[in-house]
Amino acid sequence: MSMHYVSEAPFDAHSVEQLTPEQEKLYLASQWRLMWLKLKQHRLAVGSSVVLIIIYLLALFCEFLSPYNLHTRHTDYIYAPPQRVHVFHEGEFVGPFVYGYRYQLNMENLKREYTPDTQNIQKLRFFCRGDGYRFWGLFETDVHFVCPASDGYLFLFGTDRLGRDMYSRILHGAKISLTIGLVGIALSFILGIVIGGVAGYYGGVVDNVIQRLIEILRSFPELPLWMALSATLPVTWSPILVFFGITLILALLDWTGLARAVRSKLLSLREEDYCTAAQLMGARPRRIIGRHLLPGFMSHLIASASLSIPGMILGETALSFLGLGLRPPITSWGVLLNEAQNINVVALYPWLMLPVVPVIIVILAFNFLGDGLRDAADPYK
Amino acid sequence: MAGYILKRLFFMIPTLFVISVLVFVIIQLPPGDYLETYIAELESQGESVDPDRVNFLRAEYGLDKPIYEQYFVWASGMLVGDYGYSFEYGLPVNEVIGDRLFLTIIISVVTIIFTWAIAFPIGIYSATHQYSWGDYGLSFIGFIGLATPNFLLALVMLYLANVYFGTSIGGLMDPAYIDQPWRIDKFLSVLEHLWIPVVVIGTSGTAGMIRRLRANLLDELQKQYVVTARAKGLQEKKLVRKYPLRMSMNFFIADIGSLLPSVISGAEITAIVLSLPTTGPMMLNALQSQDMYLAGSFLMFLAMLTVIGVMLSDILLAMLDPRIRLQGGATK
Repeated sequence: MSMHYVSEAPFDAHSVEQLTPEQEKLYLASQWRLMWLKLKQHRLAVGSSVVLIIIYLLALFCEFLSPYNLHTRHTDYIYAPPQRVHVFHEGEFVGPFVYGYRYQLNMENLKREYTPDTQNIQKLRFFCRGDGYRFWGLFETDVHFVCPASDGYLFLFGTDRLGRDMYSRILHGAKISLTIGLVGIALSFILGIVIGGVAGYYGGVVDNVIQRLIEILRSFPELPLWMALSATLPVTWSPILVFFGITLILALLDWTGLARAVRSKLLSLREEDYCTAAQLMGARPRRIIGRHLLPGFMSHLIASASLSIPGMILGETALSFLGLGLRPPITSWGVLLNEAQNINVVALYPWLMLPVVPVIIVILAFNFLGDGLRDAADPYK
Repeated sequence: MAGYILKRLFFMIPTLFVISVLVFVIIQLPPGDYLETYIAELESQGESVDPDRVNFLRAEYGLDKPIYEQYFVWASGMLVGDYGYSFEYGLPVNEVIGDRLFLTIIISVVTIIFTWAIAFPIGIYSATHQYSWGDYGLSFIGFIGLATPNFLLALVMLYLANVYFGTSIGGLMDPAYIDQPWRIDKFLSVLEHLWIPVVVIGTSGTAGMIRRLRANLLDELQKQYVVTARAKGLQEKKLVRKYPLRMSMNFFIADIGSLLPSVISGAEITAIVLSLPTTGPMMLNALQSQDMYLAGSFLMFLAMLTVIGVMLSDILLAMLDPRIRLQGGATK
């Protein structure tokens, strides 16, 4: 007789079916939590969202972070190239500083030539007083994160044809360029959900009419339609009104894709049992759509919305480039790029094209984030 | 099938009617008309304008008639192929557009072929080598192409071509060949200039196409029939080409709707930067100067091509994809 090991513990018939705490957490997680867990694994999307948050913060504090105001001119330094920040001068530690410029007009091609003057050391100052501004429209201040030496200057990205600092202008431009996408998408989101929701829920004639309307809107070439609509904005409007007008135009042409997605989802979801149950209990269409149907694919909608923000930012850039978009003094990246229109700029003053760098970064980041959100929102993957 | 086509054709009529009304409203939306712009321009140059002449012109072009009557004249003219009269060029719209249409179509067709030639192999590679370095690298380049504003890319390419290859700036041929009869060296000059717009316009389209082809192919590659074919010992290359690739091609056909109008409109902004003699800049210019018949005909023409393109792609899809059924309809 050999000895057998016998467990003392009482026998539990359900032990196989029991979940570990981790599994339980996953199975009981809400839809949003699941999405978040999945999104966290998408490194590119997480990285992109960090980049976006940083850029939005930069835009939020642009007055503080930029050395000059949007319209500060330096008439002695027109088309000055970017200055490099040095730390060592002739092997000696000085701290961050820039060399001053020696200016000379080339009489042959009338090009302004700036050469760094290595004797002229201009130490940067931090948390210093410079151009005054109203911080968030709340209080007057003149504190900046970084300023040039007291009688020096600081052009990290060079200056434009009026001697305005490009670095400050790009930072200020971020405010407009970044909000136009968000405001536009919010408008088109509302339009898309309401119109698509009505079409998908009621079906029949309503659906047919809305479908035709969407078809017609989509059959117009985008750019000419933008142009025609932005040409209708009265010249007398203030630049800020024009800004909202342009946003509205971008949104008015963007909602169709979203409305189609909402409609097709609703068409299939409204046949589900839980929807019938809600109807039988006397819920009104508005409640059924808003409370029972929309949450089912809200995550999807948000993902597709974040994918269409880049289109809006590029659209604004294109319109402003054509001179039909925003007007100065409102400054966006598109308005800045408007100055980089001709081949001379590329050849002589390439730093005027710098606003394209943040455009590319923001568009890439929104694309990656949208891709990650879309993957995370898909429950079947 | 014939019934379906007839039905679609019939539904096109009200759609086109509404589009034509909308187009007319859009070209009337900006305040004033072409004559007012024209008069303002003359006056700003210090020239006096004879009111009699203005009234004569207004009557001549029918601008004094009520709006709905103007619409009727324009729309009924369209039906018989008369697209109206361009104020700015002083020519019938047909003749103004005709000159430029040829070059526009050349550029667009070459661009489309370029896009496909690049997007196809890359898309297939990215899907079959998912998450490899090649996939990441190529996707990233594609994304950059998508994110860079076309006009800036055009400027930089123009500059580089000028510095490194000595290509003359802008246009579609060396200035010496403009208005010359077609000869072999003129053709070569066109070829020398053609690649810039083709690459610039192509990059943005390529990126989108790569992503969609990759996504569609990836969906198909996971299906069971692929596993079956693989289990039966079919060669990987043949397998991909024979089944999943074909299935993932549907979106190419679905694209015809947007492809047709883009052949004619020819990437307007890039064309402006490169000063190409295509239809795009002309249309934008017409919209801005309120040359209403020229702009209206352009818009109408483009919208019509989209409607026809969408119909064509629907019919082709129904013929090529056996899963799409036209009769019956789903219950849900």
